[in-house]
This record gives sequence, C-alpha cells and structure tokens, in this order.
Amino acid sequence: MDEGGGQKLRSFPRKRESRAVSSPASKELGPRFRGDERVIEASIMTAFTALLLRDIRLSLRIGGGALMGALFFLIVVTLMPFAIGPDLNLLARIGPAILWLGALLASLLALDRLFAMDQDDGSLDLLMMGRMPLELAVLAKALAHWITTGLPLVIVAPVLGLMLNVELRAMGWVTLTLLAGTPALTFIGLVGAALSVALRRGGLLLPVLTLPLTVPVLIFGVAAANAAIVGPAPFGPPFTILCALSLASLVLGPIAAAAALRHGLE
Amino acid sequence: MQLTADNLACNRGGRDVFAGVSFSLAGGEALVVAGRNGAGKSSLLRLIAGLVRIAGGTLVLQGGEPEAGIAEQAHYVGHQDALKPTLSVSENLRFWADYLGAAADTVESALEAVGLAALTDLPAAYLSAGQRRRLSIARLIAAPRPIWLLDEPTSALDTPSQARLADLMRGHLAGGGLIVAAAHGPIGLERAQELRLGADG
Amino acid sequence: MAVIDLANPTRFLALVNRVLPWLVAATALVFAIGLYRAAYAPDDYQQGATVKIMFLHVPAAWLGMMGWVIMSAAALGTLVWRHPLADVAGKAAAPIGAAFTLICLITGALWGRPTWGTYWVWDARLTSVLILFLLYLGVMALYWTAEEPGRGARAAAILTLVGAVNIPIIKFSVDWWNTLHQPASIVRLGGATVDVSILVPLLIMAGAFTLLFITLHLAAMRNEILRRRVRTMRLLQAQTLSEART
Repeated sequence: MDEGGGQKLRSFPRKRESRAVSSPASKELGPRFRGDERVIEASIMTAFTALLLRDIRLSLRIGGGALMGALFFLIVVTLMPFAIGPDLNLLARIGPAILWLGALLASLLALDRLFAMDQDDGSLDLLMMGRMPLELAVLAKALAHWITTGLPLVIVAPVLGLMLNVELRAMGWVTLTLLAGTPALTFIGLVGAALSVALRRGGLLLPVLTLPLTVPVLIFGVAAANAAIVGPAPFGPPFTILCALSLASLVLGPIAAAAALRHGLE
Repeated sequence: MQLTADNLACNRGGRDVFAGVSFSLAGGEALVVAGRNGAGKSSLLRLIAGLVRIAGGTLVLQGGEPEAGIAEQAHYVGHQDALKPTLSVSENLRFWADYLGAAADTVESALEAVGLAALTDLPAAYLSAGQRRRLSIARLIAAPRPIWLLDEPTSALDTPSQARLADLMRGHLAGGGLIVAAAHGPIGLERAQELRLGADG
Repeated sequence: MAVIDLANPTRFLALVNRVLPWLVAATALVFAIGLYRAAYAPDDYQQGATVKIMFLHVPAAWLGMMGWVIMSAAALGTLVWRHPLADVAGKAAAPIGAAFTLICLITGALWGRPTWGTYWVWDARLTSVLILFLLYLGVMALYWTAEEPGRGARAAAILTLVGAVNIPIIKFSVDWWNTLHQPASIVRLGGATVDVSILVPLLIMAGAFTLLFITLHLAAMRNEILRRRVRTMRLLQAQTLSEART
C-alpha cells in the first residue's frame, strides 16, 4: 500500500499475558491479533458480502439511485421517435440500436455516485483499510451497482421494445444481449468512476473518460441483436465476443479501478 | 508490539507538510500529537493509516500480524464519520464490524460501550454530531485492532462522553494496544508521550 | 415540524378517519353500477366488444390529468401560503396520478393491439399521456431523493408548476409533430360522436374513478401525515435519550 515507506514486518513472538481489565474494550482481546489463514479467508467473505449488501441496501433506501437509471432509460427511448419520426417500420428496424444506446447512457448516469458518495463521508478511507484486497472491495461495489442499476435496465427493456414495435420474439434476443453486455458497461465505467474520484473531479469527466471505451460493447451488442432479428450473419460470434468483453472487464475493471484509487492517495 | 517511525516526511500536493518526525511506541503506550493548525497532525495519522504516501523515512511495526500491513491492523477515526444517513445505527456499525473483520458479533456490546444502545434502530441521519462521533468510536470496539489512530477524538463530545472515551482508551492500552491521537487539548490519558509538530520542524 | 404544525393536521386526520369508510363504500357502489352498465352497453359495429376498454381507458386518462391539476393547486398552497397540508396533498397525489396515467397507457396498449395491430403507436394522444407519465415519475423521484420532507416540498412545488405550464406546450408540439408525420391516417381514440348508451356508463365510470381517486388521495395524505409524525417522534427520541444518558 505504501511502497515508499519501506514497511518491514517481522513476526516477533508476542507477549500475551492474561489481563483482567473491566473496561469493555478489553473484552474482545483474545482472538484479536491472531492471523489464522482460514479465519482471514472467512472474514474476507464476510467483508465482501457485507459491502455488497450495504451498497444494494443504500441504493434501495430513500435518496438511493436504484430506479433513476431505468427512468432515464425510459425517457431517452421516448425521445428517440420525436427526433426520428413515428414510422413504426423504421423504429422496429433501429429499435435494438436505440435500446442499446439508451442502456449505455443510462448505465453511465449513476456511475458518478459509485465512489464519490463514499469519498464524501470518509467511508472510502476505511474501505481501503480493510483486510480484503481493494480489488475485491471494488468488485463488490461494482456488482451491487450492476444489480441495482444495470439489471433494472434489462428488465424494463422488453416494455420499451414494445413501444418501438420490436417483435416479442426478437425482443427476447435483444434482452439477452443486454443481460450479457450491461455488466461490461458497468465494469468499464468503474475505472472512469475511480479515476474521477482520485482526481477529485466528478460529473462531466466520467462520461468523457468512459464513453470511448464502451465502443466495442456497443458494436458487438447491437451486432448480436441485429443478427438475431434480421440476419443474415449468425448470432453466435458477436454474442460470444460480447460475453467475453463482459468477463474480461469483470476481471480487469476492478484491478484498474483499485489501482486508480490507490494512486489517488496523496 | 512496537511502532517505530524514523525520520518520517510527508508531502501533500507539492507542499512539504513535515519532515524528520521520529517516535517509537510500544504496546500499551499512547502518543499525543500536538501542534498548531496545519502542522500536519492529521497528515501524520493518515500517513500511518496508509492513506497518505510516505515521502521519506521509515515506518515499521514489529510484532504485529506478519502478513498484514499496518493499515490493516489500525483503526482510523477522522473528521468524517463514515456513516450512511439512511442506514440505521446498528446497520452502520454491523457493516463496519463485518468489513473490518470483527471476530464475533460485537455490535450490541460496542453500542452499549458508547451509550448508543437505546438508539439501535434509528437512522443515522437523526443523530447529533456527538452521537455520530460516538458511533464511529463504537467501530473501534466492535472490530478489535491493535492500533488506534484518533484525529481530535474529543471534538463534539460532551464531558461524560469524553470520560467514557478515556475509559475505552485506557482499556485498549491495558490490553496491549497502541494509540496515536491528534489533539489540541488533553484527551484524558494520564501517561502519554507527546509529539509536537511544526514548532521545531 | 414543530408541534404547532401538527395541530391543523390533527383535525384533518380526525375528519379523514370519519369520512373514509363512507367514501370506500360509495366508491364500491358506483363502481358496481358503472361496471354493470358498461358490461351491457352495446358493442361497437367496427370494433366489437374491445371498445369496452374505453370505460376504463378514458376515465383513467381524465383522472391522470386531474391528478396534475390537484398537484398544481397544492403546489400553489405550498409556495404561497406555505400550508403544511398542501405539501402533503401534493406528495400524496403524485403516485396516484401516475398510477391512473399508467392504467391509461396500459389499457391504451391493450386496446391498440386489436385495433391497430400493434401495442404501441406514436399517436399524439398516447404520446402526450406517456410524457405526462414521465413528468409524474420525475416529481416522484424528486420527493424520493429529498431526505427531509420540508426541503423536498418547495422543490417539488416549483417542478409541478413548471410542468403545469409546460403540459399544454408539450401537447401542442406533440400534436404538431404527429400531424407532420402521419396526416390523419390513424383511427383516433374516442370519436366526437358518442351515443347516449355509451355516454351514460362512461360518465358513471368517470364518477367511480373520481371517487376512487379521492379515497386513495385522502388515505395517502393520512399515511403521509402519520409518516411525518413518526419521523418527528424518532428525532425527539434521539434527542431525549442522549440527554437522559448524562
């Protein structure tokens, strides 16, 4: 963590005499300095689920942003026909593209808050002092973020597809591509969120950093959706690449974001 | 357990905050960091907590857990409370206890220790500044760690709460823990080393 | 949220508790009559029985719009007289208005499927109702975001009034946009000539919907007042308990 500091740790045998102090602080002293491997592993799992559940709970409580993304998605998709015209055949043809663009913008919307809220109230400092590697902490936060903002987009997409006159069967395929692709959007955006927090510049920096990186996801997401609906290219290859993008960003995103947060240390 | 700093230097945003800070603290000892505003009291604590990069010198912990860094064996109570207003008092504390590695379910007893047991289900948004500070101190008891880093721990606390905190700190020291506290005035510990920043460099 | 503020709502609560059972009964009765009359109304010679969706669709649309009128009145009350009940009324009306608008949209889509062959058409009326729905969701999101009830009140009131000014403009532009693209090729909902045999059940249904709205609104206002009281009491709890400790 502090590479400049030359922190050397030697395992010295520790003195631990039995003490009898009545203060509450000393009650738990028994197991506290013990470094049993299994205990640490279990405590990492506890920490991971605790962080995941806390973030989900926070975004569902008052003031949380859980449904804002879905609402934004709905509004963006509603605006499209006003620009394009209400021609149902045209809308059906470009429907998957509209849905993908809407999902892309909507999933970026809430990313801004991902680390900024924890930074504002000092939680981020403590998150960095946990026993769990920072990468895992970031992963837990990102998963919670996708569950509360990405998944609702996937769920409302069929309704919006209906409004764009996309056939029901085709809508199933589009929804599948969104399910496979939105995690990639979250995990790529994660890096931008961490960078903007590290630089203490929120807001507009995030989309500027992140949007260019999402181009491959957009390309293969829309390609897979179109392949499923109109053909003639097969659905398999672009969809597989889309899944690969999600999985790769699932691993690389947290590593890069954790590095960005650590680098943000003064 | 021995925390030794040798010739520590800190640089924040291109400004040298302090340099040449040395101290040595054994288990059961407390260090009170004093100095005028801007002398780097908070920076020193954040530096020990691993939240600020060390610009020079060494910081060594002997006799701690071999595989864990200093930050993972330390508690940091800063000016910010790290509390979520929409979560209840116990939800807030339980999260930090789980995250920071409490060995057992210690939430109840920790809330008892800081006198917040009656407010368990209340959202943290309803708490006063002093109550919020007490809740973040409860963290130290819920998830035991050997090093306490306290930045002006008595601010916002009334006299009874200050006495209670002093009791908790004495208990921690008696259990072999270390305390580094930044403070303007006395924090209620009879025997503590003092480190004055800024005056003599 | 001093104790004085609660004095007036207390009288309001007593009134609501007395009136509410009667309102529920009246709503159920008028609904029963309306649905009975609607069921025996003649079928349309073109659309068959599907035209009966109208008996739900049209009143829902009216009430969806009335919801915004009520919210606008409440917003004026909040901004001009700063009456605590006005904000409660506005906040309680938003989800109910949104729900009626959503019923209008869903029944419209179900009606559209057999009539137009598709669930959704970017028809001027449907689109305007959709935008009204989005505005409702916006106000609800604003209330949802504000942690303190008082702080959200004025912001939501301003947004409501801005929306009220904008709704006619939106309606006009959507109409213009629609005729630009589709010169009257689509069957409009609810033609100008409505037979009495349809009009009477429709009006009864509208009455039933209005009663339902009022019932739900009063109940929601009561719940909101109680919710705020709970909040005040818990704040007090936080204060007194910390004093008792010393």
